[in-house]
Amino acid sequence: MTDSGRTYEMRLDGNALGGMLFELFGLELTAATEVCGTCGAADLVARLEVYAHAPGMVGRCPHCHAVMLRIVRGPDRTWLDMSGVASIELPATL
Amino acid sequence: MAGTAVLGRLTWLAAEIVGSVDETARVRTLLLEADGWEGHRAGQHLDVRLTADDGYQAERSYSIASAPGEQLTITVEQLPNGEVSPWLVEVAGDGDRFELRGPIGGYFVWEDDGRPVLLIGGGSGVVPLMSMIRSASGSARMRLLYSSRTLDDVIYREELMERDGNGVEVVYTLTRAQPPGWTGYSRRIDIDLLRQVAWPASDQPHVFICGSTRFVDAAADGLVALGYPPRSIRTERFGATG
Repeated sequence: MTDSGRTYEMRLDGNALGGMLFELFGLELTAATEVCGTCGAADLVARLEVYAHAPGMVGRCPHCHAVMLRIVRGPDRTWLDMSGVASIELPATL
Repeated sequence: MAGTAVLGRLTWLAAEIVGSVDETARVRTLLLEADGWEGHRAGQHLDVRLTADDGYQAERSYSIASAPGEQLTITVEQLPNGEVSPWLVEVAGDGDRFELRGPIGGYFVWEDDGRPVLLIGGGSGVVPLMSMIRSASGSARMRLLYSSRTLDDVIYREELMERDGNGVEVVYTLTRAQPPGWTGYSRRIDIDLLRQVAWPASDQPHVFICGSTRFVDAAADGLVALGYPPRSIRTERFGATG
């Protein structure tokens, strides 16, 4: 893994996406399971590697580090790219 | 959409500061009242939104420090050049209002099932762990490993001293400076320190680790090397934007 220095220090995890995902989907999603569209690994949204210090938020797979989702908010819209996510599995209790 | 509570939606609520506690020189606990707040689970966080006179808004997430059912509190560390934390720590006072929403999170949450609980916090990463300590009934063994730079940086210092031995064991490591006669650890968390503090993996403890990403990785990697299943370790990283 080449992620080092300041970028590494700034890294968050999928817990930090909880409020925004709840806002967009009306669901608590950090405990849901996502399958990476690049490597196929299944893991919890809370375990995504999240970079939030740019104008948007980027979530990467904790296994292969591929970009799984990107969220950019403007004053009057939100742009959500989930092209790196193969599927999301929600617990039945949601 | 403020003010229109919709089922299944996370709504911004009007919150008021009703008290505060200075925990350290840079860390403050705020007691909050928020109309419509429906309670939380230990370990969850909330989002704070400040709106400037010109309409500019800034949002940050803060861990909830109180136990479920108690007066809602958050504990905030002032970060250099922050947009939100300097106001919350240095400026805001009783009666000041802002918006919050939550509770948020379904992963970094503790439900007492009787299994031992190992809590590992770095700096203000202790805050969500404190909610768990405060909500413990004593039925589960609980141990906190708390890493701070100095003794003066220890958040909840008096309360942790009182609680140590009463439902929770507290182990400190002071990484930068130690007072004379210090008997705790004096270094960053490493595998040898974890081997001494953590229960054997065969005890199947729940593990919650919160701190900077470097701290969380060091603690989690160490526990995995000691045989802890990765799935038994729940982690939350906080950032340098405040």
